[in-house]
Amino acid sequence: MRPIRVLIAKPGLDGHDRGAKVIARALRDAGMEVIYTGLRQTPEQIVAAAVQEDADVVGLSILSGAHNYLFPRVVDLMKKQGADDVLIIGGGVIPEDDIPGLKKEGIAEIFTPGTTTTQMIDFIKSNLKRTVN
Amino acid sequence: MELIQRMLLGEKRACARLITTVENDPEEAEKIIREVQKYTGNAHVIGITGPPGAGKSTLVDKMVKVLADKGNKVGIIAVDPTSPYSGGSILGDRIRMQDLAVNPNVFIRSMGTRGYLGGLSKYTKNALKILDAAGYDYIIIETVGVGQSEVDIVKTADTVVMVMVPGLGDDIQSIKAGIMEIGDIFVINKSDLFGADRTATEINMMLDLSMNMDRRPPVMKVTASKGEGIDSLISEIKSHINFLKTSGNFEKRRSDNMKLEVMDLIESELKKIVISRTANENKLETEVGKILNKEKNMYEVRDEFLKLIG
Repeated sequence: MRPIRVLIAKPGLDGHDRGAKVIARALRDAGMEVIYTGLRQTPEQIVAAAVQEDADVVGLSILSGAHNYLFPRVVDLMKKQGADDVLIIGGGVIPEDDIPGLKKEGIAEIFTPGTTTTQMIDFIKSNLKRTVN
Repeated sequence: MELIQRMLLGEKRACARLITTVENDPEEAEKIIREVQKYTGNAHVIGITGPPGAGKSTLVDKMVKVLADKGNKVGIIAVDPTSPYSGGSILGDRIRMQDLAVNPNVFIRSMGTRGYLGGLSKYTKNALKILDAAGYDYIIIETVGVGQSEVDIVKTADTVVMVMVPGLGDDIQSIKAGIMEIGDIFVINKSDLFGADRTATEINMMLDLSMNMDRRPPVMKVTASKGEGIDSLISEIKSHINFLKTSGNFEKRRSDNMKLEVMDLIESELKKIVISRTANENKLETEVGKILNKEKNMYEVRDEFLKLIG
């Protein structure tokens, strides 16, 4: 089995990457190849990177409040690239009320503060859209 | 294969998929490379190597901007280490190359070393062949941060750029064997830091001691974060490839490297044959037992296994 490839990105303008780094580290320790792309990414940059890296998973972290715009934008651009077999998940400070809408837009799961890294790892492993054999 | 056709037409997603396959599945990789190898050999392959934190990714970012602005297609393979414990990795070279991600002339791929120790991963050369076939004019391979002896890049690239920074050690470091011998161009990055002149002098003195050099590698002072010295570095890289081509060293280097690759293939295939012919009978286990009991020595055992191929 090959390692699961996860692209971790921070769309938008907030500079808080502690969460993204903790997640990256936890996924690394779970045996995944984590491509960390850094702060202040546009959706276009994230999608281009996800395509070139052939990521199985895109994890978006956001704390600025712009999730309702930026998350669906990433999903749309991924679809336009024909990359609809990529699992897209999000995390950060995201109000409960916004979660159903984001899921409808195509974000598979939203992880809010309090989620354990184990929960996230399990979610990724059981919801991949591609086989990694 | 349809994916290969799409890759040859320059589709990035197809290219990315093929790289995943050649990186993970040796049997499929063989099928793919059997088909695409005839399209390879056109790219100028540049290796960027040096210690961790020397600024390799930042340097690559700046170099690629210059090359891509002039209309060249540039592929990048950036290698970062894999955890020996979990098998996972954090591939972070793209952080320094964010703007390049959306450049239509640029393709960036990160790879983990996956236990391979030469500064690259076992399948970096496979990925290189895909990018080469996809028509990238320059392919830049950024190694993991290296110590003293990760020299595989010299068996892979046409031009090796050795990136150093001021303050890593005294002049004895520069006369040791290993990575200091493989640079075709030496870059002192972060040249705005104290000690850059001294580092440059030490490397220059080391290079002046070498006899039998067809071409003495230049030592360049660069500050990649400020974009200083990048244009001259690019001209040195071009002049190195010209030197290789006019001196006949280009064919020699590529042929030496291909010989190594073919020998590696033969070696691993022979191993596979021996293993497949002895798999059922635990022969290896039994024979090793005999060595440990001092009934046989290891060369006798080797010869017996080789008879199986006969």
